[in-house]
Amino acid sequence: MILDELGASTLRVSTPLVFAALGGLYSERAGVVNIALEGMMLVGAFAAAAGTYFAHDPWVGAAAGMASGMSLAAIYALFVISLRANQVVAGTAINILALGLTPLLCKALFEVTSSTPSIPLSDRFHSAPVVAAWILVLVSWIVVQRTPAGLWLRFAGENPDALDSAGVRVNFVRWVAVLISGGLAGLGGASLSLFLSSSFSRNMTAGRGFIALAALIFGKWRPVPAAVACLLFGCFEATQIRLQGITFPGGGSFPVQFVQILPYFLTILVLAGFVGQSRPPRALGLPFRRE
Amino acid sequence: MLAVAHLFARGTLKRGLWLLVLMTFTAQALAEFKVALILDRGGKDDKSFNSSAFEGANRAKEKLGITLKFVEAADDNAYEGILRSFARRDFDLMIGVGFAQKEAVQKVAVQFPDKHFAIVDSEVQAPNVRSLMFEEHEGAYLVGAIAAMASKSRIIGFVGGMDIPLIRRFAMGYEAGARKIDPGAKVILNFVGITGEAWNNAPKAKELALSQYTGGAEVVFAAAGASNFGVFDAAEERKKLAIGVDSNQNWTKPGFILTSMLKRVDEAVYATILEAQSGKFQGGIRSFGLANQGIGYAVDKYNEKLLTPEIRARVEELKSDILAGKIVVPDFYKTR
Repeated sequence: MILDELGASTLRVSTPLVFAALGGLYSERAGVVNIALEGMMLVGAFAAAAGTYFAHDPWVGAAAGMASGMSLAAIYALFVISLRANQVVAGTAINILALGLTPLLCKALFEVTSSTPSIPLSDRFHSAPVVAAWILVLVSWIVVQRTPAGLWLRFAGENPDALDSAGVRVNFVRWVAVLISGGLAGLGGASLSLFLSSSFSRNMTAGRGFIALAALIFGKWRPVPAAVACLLFGCFEATQIRLQGITFPGGGSFPVQFVQILPYFLTILVLAGFVGQSRPPRALGLPFRRE
Repeated sequence: MLAVAHLFARGTLKRGLWLLVLMTFTAQALAEFKVALILDRGGKDDKSFNSSAFEGANRAKEKLGITLKFVEAADDNAYEGILRSFARRDFDLMIGVGFAQKEAVQKVAVQFPDKHFAIVDSEVQAPNVRSLMFEEHEGAYLVGAIAAMASKSRIIGFVGGMDIPLIRRFAMGYEAGARKIDPGAKVILNFVGITGEAWNNAPKAKELALSQYTGGAEVVFAAAGASNFGVFDAAEERKKLAIGVDSNQNWTKPGFILTSMLKRVDEAVYATILEAQSGKFQGGIRSFGLANQGIGYAVDKYNEKLLTPEIRARVEELKSDILAGKIVVPDFYKTR
């Protein structure tokens, strides 16, 4: 009973992370650092809540969330791919933009800055996002590892010059990858506002975009391990929720803070090479310019 | 010689004109009382604590004819700059909402000794600062008693926002109120987080509440800012009850919110503006509790069916016992 609960909670909590980590995967395997996942999730969460509020259908909301994530990704791609801006700086700017843009739009649509009107239970998702997330993990595994498009994607991140010599436009591949990334992050945001809660509230992603990025690194930039890492981090969260306030027989209670740092701590361990090796795509973060 | 005299005359005229302009401005400044309301990160529409402060300030604007400016701080580092910029301009009273502004108010109030300041939920020691404090533990005690009476399983829950002394104060009062009704009651205490994000993390608050409901809790008291709505969602999904906080939140999920613990920040803000405008501003601590209706619990058309007459009678009894000093509600602030 308790284990069932824990399992269900883990699946729920990790769903937005899985979407966002997959989003990060497409972008980073193509060689574009994506620390803007957080911002893309945030606009996705907002657009999904607003779309569902007006259409009374969570699928319309999810589509709106995806579209808004892609729009923000398009701005990001324009700067970092076409204009070759620094990816970390531009990504940070996108996050700040999303943080300011969402309350502004919320004010314009609903006359309040803090949250969208609450969506009734009947218009929310119940389990669809969990299923969708794991189908997407499978699809991403096939696409990235088993298709020509996946090969282009990986080459755009590993050796863009080789891809270019083969006659494939590197920046086109990267553009598509970043747009997919934005769409997936937007869906992650949608699962946050339409599945895990009932409205958008200001800065509701609360760092989940960065946790997803940590999961991606922990999963060594591969779809299935990254998704499993999300599940692991989700499990930490779910366990932490249940361990809170429990006092041990000898007195003293469980240190909540310790569990909250675990995802980051494990990621650092992985990056430092303690748990196997995690190597980023070779051309990650480097803008491509045709020689 | 003539030319010099002429110049001189023109100079006086100019100076006279300036003086006139200056005087009109001063007169205007005297006529209107300028108040700045600095809200914390929840923003004016948090349907909770900031909303209440905003409401009180707006009431003052309508009834007292003051000039009101408000800002929502984007992060905790912004308070000092915002406060200072208002103080430097011709604002008469700056009201900081929330414990996070304590240091900023303390610092700026010293730099502008002839300006008035007020802070909600925190204590600042300065002659020109009024600290508006609430006896949250008293209200939490009453809703704790209500929760224990409404729960047949003898298990109730509490979801706090950020783990800070203020929220611990709610928790302690709540637990004591529940134990008063049922000494064997089990109270599950949880906090959303340890940073400011905790006030805005409804998904996590919902998970906490779901795990409490699974653990047998039938009523969960939420004191978590905007995260409260996650707890209300959980109550709706599991067909259980929740208790709101600060403002009357009964209307947000009719049928699932047993009551709301009221903290009349609006009254405190209004009273402060009124006294400052009429020149009766005093520094020091002003506390609001059950005795002066600064703290209470909400009964309205959304929850009158949930709160049975027996429950209401018993709570009123407890309330008068607290006022009479027969019950002393434990206060987390005094246990440290």
